Amino acid sequence: MKRVFPILAILTAALLSYGLYQALVVAPTEKTMGDVQRIFYYHVPSAWTAGVLFFVNFIASIVYLMRRNTKADALAVASAEVGVVFCTIVLVTGPIWARPVWGIWWTWDLRLTLTLVLWLIYVSYLLLRRFSTSGQTPVIAAVLAIFGTLDIPLVYFSIWFFRTQHPQPVIGGGGSIDPAMLHAFFVNLVAFTCFGALVCWSRYRLEVLRREVEETQALESLLEVRNSR
Amino acid sequence: MNKGSGITRATLAKDLRLEWRSKDAINSMLFFALLVVVIFSFSFDPTAEESRRIAGGLVWVAFLFAAVVALNQTWARELRNQVLDAYRVSPAPANSLFLAKALGNFIFVAVLEALMTPLFIVFYNLRAVGPAYQLLVVAVLGTWALVVNGTFFAAISLRTRSREIMLPLLLFPISIPALLAMVEATSSILTGEFSAKFWIVLLVAYDVVFTMASLFLFELVLHAE
Repeated sequence: MKRVFPILAILTAALLSYGLYQALVVAPTEKTMGDVQRIFYYHVPSAWTAGVLFFVNFIASIVYLMRRNTKADALAVASAEVGVVFCTIVLVTGPIWARPVWGIWWTWDLRLTLTLVLWLIYVSYLLLRRFSTSGQTPVIAAVLAIFGTLDIPLVYFSIWFFRTQHPQPVIGGGGSIDPAMLHAFFVNLVAFTCFGALVCWSRYRLEVLRREVEETQALESLLEVRNSR
Repeated sequence: MNKGSGITRATLAKDLRLEWRSKDAINSMLFFALLVVVIFSFSFDPTAEESRRIAGGLVWVAFLFAAVVALNQTWARELRNQVLDAYRVSPAPANSLFLAKALGNFIFVAVLEALMTPLFIVFYNLRAVGPAYQLLVVAVLGTWALVVNGTFFAAISLRTRSREIMLPLLLFPISIPALLAMVEATSSILTGEFSAKFWIVLLVAYDVVFTMASLFLFELVLHAE
C-alpha cells in the first residue's frame, strides 16, 4: 500500500495542473457571468469531495463501533478534518461567486444552508474530539458522527420547506453547457477527489503513527518505572 | 421490561423529589428565561403586529437557552459520591436510566414553559390568529426534541473538559432542524398565514429518529469513561 501513495501523489499533481489549465485557459468564458464563473470548477468538486469524506467518516464510525478497530477511528478523524477543510473551501468560494452574480454574498438558500449546517455539525465533532478527557473518545465521537448523519435528511427537509414558503433566489440560468466546460469540470472533479483522498490518506497515516508513538512512549515509561525499582 | 420501567419510575421520582426540595434547576431556568425576555423586549421594542411574527423565534430561543441550564445539571448531579459509577456496575438497563432523566428534564422544561408563556403574552401582546390548540402540540413535540438530545449530549459532554460549555456546542448544531420547525410552526400559528402541519410532521419525525437513536446508543455513552 505504501508504494501506491507516491503514485497517487503524482497522479493528483498531474490531474490538478491539467484541471487548472482546462479551467482557466481551455474552457470558454461564460456569457453572462464572465470569468468569475470559473470558480465553479473548484467550488463544486470541493463540495463533492467534502460530501464523500463526511460519508467516509460515517462509515468509519459505524465500523469502529462494531469492530472497535482503532484504524477505523483514525480514518474517522482524518476524513472529518479534511472534510471540514473542503467544506470551508466551498463556503468561501460560494460567496465570492455569489457577490457579482446574485449581487449578495449570502442567501439562506437550501444548498447554502445545508452546507453551513453540515460544517457546524462536523466542527462540533472535531471540538468534541479535542475537548474530550475520556479514554474512550473514539466511542463518543462515533456516536456523535451517527447523530450528525441522522440529522442531515431532517435538515434538508426543514430548509427545503422553509425556503419554498419564501421567494427563491435566482440560481444561474439553464440552457446548454459547452462541452469544453463539462470537460474542465469533470477533470477537476476527478482531480479534487484524488486530492481529497491523498490529503485524507496522509492525515490518516499521521494519526496512526502518532498513536503508535504514544503507545511506545507509554510502554517505555512503564518499563523505566519498573527498571528504576 | 417491568423491571426497567420500575427503575425509570424510581429514578424519575428521586430526581423530582430532589428538584422539589432544592428547586435549583427551575429557579435558575426561570430567572434566566425572564432575563432573556426582558433583554429581548428592550432590544426590539416591537409592535403587536411585528411581535407576532418574531415571537416564535424569541420564545424558543429563550426556552432553548434556559433548558441548557437544567440539562447541564442532569448528569453532573450524579457524579457526586460516584453515583454514576454505581449505575454503571448495577444490572439496571441503561435505557431506563436515560428515559428517567429525559422525562425529568421534560417535566422541568414544561413547567418553565407553562410559567413563562403568560409573561411572553403580557410583554409582547401576543394573540394567536391561527388555531391556538396546535401551539400545545408544537410545545410538547418541540420540548421533547430539545430534551431527548439534550439529555444524551449532556451525558457525552460529561466526558469533556469545560463540560458546561460543551453541551450547547454539541446540541445546537444538531437541533437546527427541530428549532427551525418549532420557530416556524409557532410563527405560522400566531400569524395564521401558513399551515403548521408540515412542521409538526417534521417534529414528529425528528422526535422519533432521535429517541430511537438515543435509546440505541446510550449504553455505549454510559459505559465510555
